[in-house]
Amino acid sequence: MTSQPEPTEQAENAIELKAVEGKSQGKIVRERFFHHRGAIVALVALILVALLSLTSIGFPVFGWYVGGWWQYNPAETMALENAGGTPTLTMPWSEAGFAIGNHPFGQDTIGRDIFARTMKGVQTTMVIMVVVGAVATVIGVLVGALSGFFRGFTDTLLMRITDLFITMPLLVIGAVLGKLVGSASAVPLALVLGAITWTTLARLVRGEFLSLREREFVDAARVAGASNSRIIFKHILPNAMGVIIVTVTLLMSAAILLEAALSYLDFGIKEPTISLGRMISDYQSSFSTRPWLFWWPGMFIITIVLCINFIGDGLRDAFDPRQKRLPSARAMAKATRREHQSSSVATS
Amino acid sequence: MLTFIVRRVLIGIGILFVSSLIMYVLVDFTIDPLEDLRLSTDPSKDLQIEQRIELLNLNDPVLLRYLWWLGAFVTGDLGTAWTTGRDVADILAAAIVSTVQLVTAATVLAIFLGIAVGIVSALRQYTTFDYLITFLSFLLYSLPSFWIAVLLKQWGAIGYNDFLRDPVIAIPVILGIALVMGLVWSLAFGGDVRRRLTVGASAAGVTIAVLLYIQLTDWWSQPNIGPVLLAVSSLAIALGVTTLSSGLRNRRALYTSLTVAVLGIALWYPMQFGFYYLGAWGVMNWATALGLGVLAALVGAGVGLLFRGPDWRISARTGALTAVPVATLIFIDRVMQVWDDYMASNIIRGRPIATIGDRTPNLEGDFWVTTLDQYTHLLLPTISLMLLSFAGYTRYARGSMLEVMNQDYIRTARAKGLTERTVVMRHGFRNSLIPMATIVPIDIITLIGGAIITENIFNRPGMGQMFLRHLDENDIEPVMAYLIIVAFLAIVANIVADLIYAVLDPRIRVNA
Repeated sequence: MTSQPEPTEQAENAIELKAVEGKSQGKIVRERFFHHRGAIVALVALILVALLSLTSIGFPVFGWYVGGWWQYNPAETMALENAGGTPTLTMPWSEAGFAIGNHPFGQDTIGRDIFARTMKGVQTTMVIMVVVGAVATVIGVLVGALSGFFRGFTDTLLMRITDLFITMPLLVIGAVLGKLVGSASAVPLALVLGAITWTTLARLVRGEFLSLREREFVDAARVAGASNSRIIFKHILPNAMGVIIVTVTLLMSAAILLEAALSYLDFGIKEPTISLGRMISDYQSSFSTRPWLFWWPGMFIITIVLCINFIGDGLRDAFDPRQKRLPSARAMAKATRREHQSSSVATS
Repeated sequence: MLTFIVRRVLIGIGILFVSSLIMYVLVDFTIDPLEDLRLSTDPSKDLQIEQRIELLNLNDPVLLRYLWWLGAFVTGDLGTAWTTGRDVADILAAAIVSTVQLVTAATVLAIFLGIAVGIVSALRQYTTFDYLITFLSFLLYSLPSFWIAVLLKQWGAIGYNDFLRDPVIAIPVILGIALVMGLVWSLAFGGDVRRRLTVGASAAGVTIAVLLYIQLTDWWSQPNIGPVLLAVSSLAIALGVTTLSSGLRNRRALYTSLTVAVLGIALWYPMQFGFYYLGAWGVMNWATALGLGVLAALVGAGVGLLFRGPDWRISARTGALTAVPVATLIFIDRVMQVWDDYMASNIIRGRPIATIGDRTPNLEGDFWVTTLDQYTHLLLPTISLMLLSFAGYTRYARGSMLEVMNQDYIRTARAKGLTERTVVMRHGFRNSLIPMATIVPIDIITLIGGAIITENIFNRPGMGQMFLRHLDENDIEPVMAYLIIVAFLAIVANIVADLIYAVLDPRIRVNA
């Protein structure tokens, strides 16, 4: 009673089989990810932005300061180069032709270089992103894993704690905690944000653990005498990696926006630390007179968050086994033709 | 089912208590009611500090103060804001209306637009339109909402108000808009080259015609709908609703919706008097307006019933679905009629789109003028609040529609020879709404959080503003009132989401 699948379906299956044959899980995922054009473009763009901000104004490493190639530092005040501090960056199609000049992104009212400040802001954003990601991963994975693996009382307790967090929009807890830490540096705020954003991750990891712990390979490991921690970390966790990576990526992009919003509302990062949200907040009233003060930080936030979201999307596609990437029309036509030829050869 | 609800409600109350305790302690740690006094140089500083400690019982441990607060709260006393001496209940009552208006408008718009766009995007999977929408939703998702709000303020309000002084769109701009519209519509409809070209050309043509009509009749200065536009759009609505709800082949449904549309057009003139008398009797308010809307839906359904037939349910539904937008159009038309008075008012001075507050202070006028005024204040905050959840709904609707359209029962439906409309609307669309139903309640909570920023930027005196201001002023009781309300709503939203899911999808068993 096997029905002959239609030729297009056959071709699709053939392409799919060819894409996975004889490859390890990691390799399949990597290949799928590298075939996601949007994600790759986003990854390259994100790396470029990070390199630009790190090399241009330098960065501190364990007390030393690695200098950058940019001539100004973010806090320096200078005489205005152009009237009103307009940017010296000119585009090829403008009258002056392409030029970068001394202050490509312009200067603010007291003459600080906006390029240097924006780059510093990007660094702050990156710090927040990494710290929030790390904190949320540790807490979320731990809570989710314990809850899903041990079930019963542990599960109930941990999930009730998680439930507490859904009673508040993140921005609200963030505002209260942001005022509490009221910090002039990024790390304490990021720690706090990490401590409130882990809940989604914990729920998803718990779900993953609940289903994975019933699988045969876990029974096999237990029969072989593996301890609980070994089963959790060596057997189940690697299988839940996909969910974790994707969720953490998306969580990091949300954290950047959260930080920006809090800094905008004055409950986040304070002077003298520079954050992109802070810059927009400081300069919003001058939007009609000095739009560059507003545009550049905004552009960098959007670029970073957009890149991370695209990377997250690419990762989700790469990890999701159900996700069938439809082959392009050309690939399908080619496969169908080949199928056709082989069948006509067989019949003749 | 009942056990399930009771259990969830009890757990919810428990969570609410614990959450309120934690938040009280946290807020108490955060705020410093003596902040202003510490910095003061007043010679009687110590005395004042002493008095304030006395006033707020600051010497008592925080848990004791929490219990006092809880005791008062349980008896319905929300406390007093010590900074202003006002009752928290009064502040809240004023603030809640503003926030509810904003959040409701944003939610409804986001759901409608987001689901529509998401479904179309799913039906055109991996086409240019799909990629375009995907990119757009990612972009909207990545925009900081305060950033977009500042832009809207600049371009939407100041820019548009400036434009209204001399409302002329240049011909090249009209052509550009027409080109874009043609492109978008042709991509959305898809199909072969000929179909695309036809759709694109007609969309571009319609756009040019509409823009020229607007230009020539000086519509920007005197926006109105009027009987002609009402007639055209009512008939279009009738056709559109019938196409989606039952297909034009269903004659009874088609006749129903056309009858309803004609009825609406015929009622336009009498309704002008109707609105006048309602105003004269002093009963023209939002409740009446809503009542009229419900009445319209009932009449529409009634017309459908009159056409009877074997599937009268479908005709009745189509009639009701047509009646509501037509009635809304008549209502909007009435609101638009006060535009001239509104613009000429010496408070507005020809700059209608507002950026601050939720109403114009000291504006004199009847129901229609205040409605228009609230609308012009609501416009920009709603857009900026909507964009984010619009992006979310688009993604969800697309994902869930794709999931459904790959199911076997869709193949079965197609194999039975059902029309594509029936397959998409009845088998696909309806089922794709099930997961959406659980997202909406939770998204509303996110929106209430997002409203904090929107209210802050547009200076709307809503709950978010209340929260921020009092948190900044170290005033705990209004802050707690806000937190409790939000927590309560979040818990209710979660229970509702679970219930909807269980009701809509019989495969889900609620574990009671």
